[in-house]
Amino acid sequence: MDRKNFIEKFAEALEIEEMADLQEATEFRSLEEWDSLAYLNIIAMLDEEYDIQIENAAFKQLRTLGDIIGYIENNQ
Amino acid sequence: MNFNGVGVTALAAAVPHTIIDNYKYTEYFPEDQVKEVVDKVGIYQRRFADEKTCSSDLCFAAAEKLIADNDINREEIDLLVFISQTPDYRMPATSVLLQHRLGLPNSTIAFDVNLGCSAFIYGLSIVFSMMQNKGLRKALLLDGETRSKVYSPKDRRSAFLFGDGGVAALIERDDKFGESFFSLNSDGSRGDLIKINGGGYRNPSSIETLKEKVVDEFGNIRSDEQGYMNGGDVFNFVIREIPKDIKKMLAYSGKDLQDFDFYVLHQANNFINSYLAKKLKLDLSKIPTTIAKYGNTSSVSVPLTIVDQLQGKMDGERLLLLSAFGVGMTWATAVVPFVDCKISNIVEV
Repeated sequence: MDRKNFIEKFAEALEIEEMADLQEATEFRSLEEWDSLAYLNIIAMLDEEYDIQIENAAFKQLRTLGDIIGYIENNQ
Repeated sequence: MNFNGVGVTALAAAVPHTIIDNYKYTEYFPEDQVKEVVDKVGIYQRRFADEKTCSSDLCFAAAEKLIADNDINREEIDLLVFISQTPDYRMPATSVLLQHRLGLPNSTIAFDVNLGCSAFIYGLSIVFSMMQNKGLRKALLLDGETRSKVYSPKDRRSAFLFGDGGVAALIERDDKFGESFFSLNSDGSRGDLIKINGGGYRNPSSIETLKEKVVDEFGNIRSDEQGYMNGGDVFNFVIREIPKDIKKMLAYSGKDLQDFDFYVLHQANNFINSYLAKKLKLDLSKIPTTIAKYGNTSSVSVPLTIVDQLQGKMDGERLLLLSAFGVGMTWATAVVPFVDCKISNIVEV
């Protein structure tokens, strides 16, 4: 999958303007923009863009943007 | 499940008179945070019952309105089902108290159903099922909630969502009603997504369960006897299960989405509902909504939305798709034909 495109979609969902701050190694829960509303946006984005519905327990295991990308790649 | 020749002949609803402006509900959070949450969930007003008003009081007012407007003979009401998770007492069942208060005969069958947001559809199926028995003449399905009393105003994840209301539905057998279809589901493995942990018999009420605590890294505060909701996980569950169940129901009933006059969805919040509508490609003009003015009234939201939004639009035959989901988790979808359903004006209590 297009990793750069995923990071763009992630940034869009969280309304993060400075893309340079986001890397695959970024721990998304540490982002200032991350909260329970951001989580809703990410769930909607994963469903809409990648047709991925992720189990809650599985999502809790993911720490970095790279982890989410890995999950998508393994489950598509 | 499917039924024939039984349906809802009349509906009434009651809401508390106190209107909460959601932007001004609490000063506990900064204004910009409140605005962000309120705009996201699309809930601008809610109705809050006062200290003395219970779900049963709202249902009583709705039932009296229903009985008066439709000239119902109380002696003919053979069944009363009361749906709520905010009953008057732990015992006796509120339905039995309502039987007496409404002046119904002692021969009336009365019991409570303890389920959350999907419960009106569960309740309809229970009453439709019992009404297959020709020994029963008329049934009252009462559904009331005072969820405003359940959640902490200091927990941002649930503080801005819930409101109060009560409805009364008259259910009768009549050949004019065609076939209705129900899909009822449960998944107790997700019992911790929405929960009040303390105050029942597993974790009895104590000084400890009543104590307010900071519960997460965002500084939300509640006690164990107040409800919590893990909104993200609920949303995740909903987008996985609800479209699937609606599609299953369409196949089971042999209907297409275009066959319905209205899709009445549980008024969870506007974010979830808009997403579901988009995902299922539903015609937005067929989706009545009350989320902005009443908030999430749990199981009451589906019938309250019918009463509030479809009055004057239910003459003749109308086919409704009902869909609801919530605490349990339980979720339900129904295809229900309405024929000349009489809808009363909403009562304020």
